[in-house]
Amino acid sequence: MSSEAILIDDYVVNVTDLNKSFGTNHVLRGIDLHVQRGEVVCIIGPSGSGKSTLLRCVNMLEQPSGGSIVVLGRELTHIDCDIDEARSKIGMVFQQFNLFPHMTALENICVAQRKVLGRSKAEAAMKGLQLLARVGLTEKADAYPGQLSGGQQQRVAIARALAMDPDVMLFDEATSALDPELVGDVLNVMKGLAEEGMTMLVVTHEMGFASNVATRVVFMDGGVIVEEGPPSQVINAPQQERTRSFLSSVLNH
Amino acid sequence: MAISKRQRAMYIRYAVYVLSVVAVIAVALFVDWQKLQRAMFDWAIVKEQFPRILTGAAKNTVIFTVLGFAGGLSFGLLFALMRLSTIRPYRWLAATYIEIFRGIPLLVTLLILGFGIPIATGWQWPNPFMQGAVPLALVASAYMAETIRAGIEAVPKGQMEAARSLGMSYPRAMFTIVIPQALRIIIPPLTNEFVLLIKDTSLISVLGVTDATRDLARFGRDGVNHSANATPLIVAGLVYLAMTLPLTQLVAYMERRAKAAGK
Repeated sequence: MSSEAILIDDYVVNVTDLNKSFGTNHVLRGIDLHVQRGEVVCIIGPSGSGKSTLLRCVNMLEQPSGGSIVVLGRELTHIDCDIDEARSKIGMVFQQFNLFPHMTALENICVAQRKVLGRSKAEAAMKGLQLLARVGLTEKADAYPGQLSGGQQQRVAIARALAMDPDVMLFDEATSALDPELVGDVLNVMKGLAEEGMTMLVVTHEMGFASNVATRVVFMDGGVIVEEGPPSQVINAPQQERTRSFLSSVLNH
Repeated sequence: MAISKRQRAMYIRYAVYVLSVVAVIAVALFVDWQKLQRAMFDWAIVKEQFPRILTGAAKNTVIFTVLGFAGGLSFGLLFALMRLSTIRPYRWLAATYIEIFRGIPLLVTLLILGFGIPIATGWQWPNPFMQGAVPLALVASAYMAETIRAGIEAVPKGQMEAARSLGMSYPRAMFTIVIPQALRIIIPPLTNEFVLLIKDTSLISVLGVTDATRDLARFGRDGVNHSANATPLIVAGLVYLAMTLPLTQLVAYMERRAKAAGK
């Protein structure tokens, strides 16, 4: 077996020398990030550091300006890559939930199962109800997003992403738009996923979650990865001055 | 004697009020109401209009409106999607089309397509309704394209992103996620376009139309020619109002409700 085949098997996400500019604004400056199956990688850093852009590049919601992105063995940055097919294996959860407001919670979870995966109505609904039960919202199946709290909406959004049976999940500040008392429920769902071995990339400001759940913490600033390692190192004993000053401003309140 | 600003404003308001009352009384006294009624609202002629004004003329107006609206909506959607396309020539093509048909008066477009081209080339419209409905739909599609585009752009970007992140292609995400939401936003302006179309069908009456395709305006005009009395056109106007007023009220209701829901 060649070394490349091993790479594809073990690594879910391979980001190599990723660059991204918006006009003259150079947001990502040569990012290398490799995520193995089952890892939970938390990306932290000040706002404007490029962490959300990095995450959005991983499923090509942002077009990279340079570098390569290989996810689940598919080279997304290659011109021939079927991005839609690849995205169906990459779950994404957004800060603003982005549930479809004209569909019920269950319909939100079923629509892509049916239109993208071609599952039958009954099959999709069964999967949807299982996932709603898992995020603790069975009784909200027929509620519209507007009738749900932010925390409930975000849990439905997680269920919607999981319905596609993704091999990796991306969380883009999934709890940042929530009232503080609703954050716990969403984090618990995410923690449960991590414990089941889901590969996760999590952009977050929740240092507690990063400390307890992450297998690796990546600190970004100014479009580069400043420091990465296990949470015990990056959060509790950061080596870099920039990491220390960021953490002290986040943690000391 | 010095009077305050507020007092002066009050006197002016009284004066305007008194003058208007005097004017209304003068009109009421000096106008020959009987003559006016005979010229403009002669009951015998009103009765003559029915039922043909409803079964023939109003029906044709509705047919023209519905054809124009359906055509305008489908082509409008097409041009709206082209304007939002990432492919530049599509955007240019759609923008050019929209500017041309919004910039030329509907009457001129109707005359060119319904009258000028057939007379110059000998080509005939295969269906007499299409002669009026197609130019109407072409112009309507230019206006509706802009309405639909605004509606699509009003749907938050995150909706498209969420749909794409689930593996939906751009067209699929557009048609299952974005456009259904855009439609809710643009139902009031689209209803307004429908009202405009009802009224604009009256311009079709300038084309040489057969008896079978006579619309309300043409019917009223022919009636005036026939009776040497203004009544048929007045009745036609009232039938237009009977169609448009409920719709404009509906739009006002929908906008009030949307405003209340937005609070």
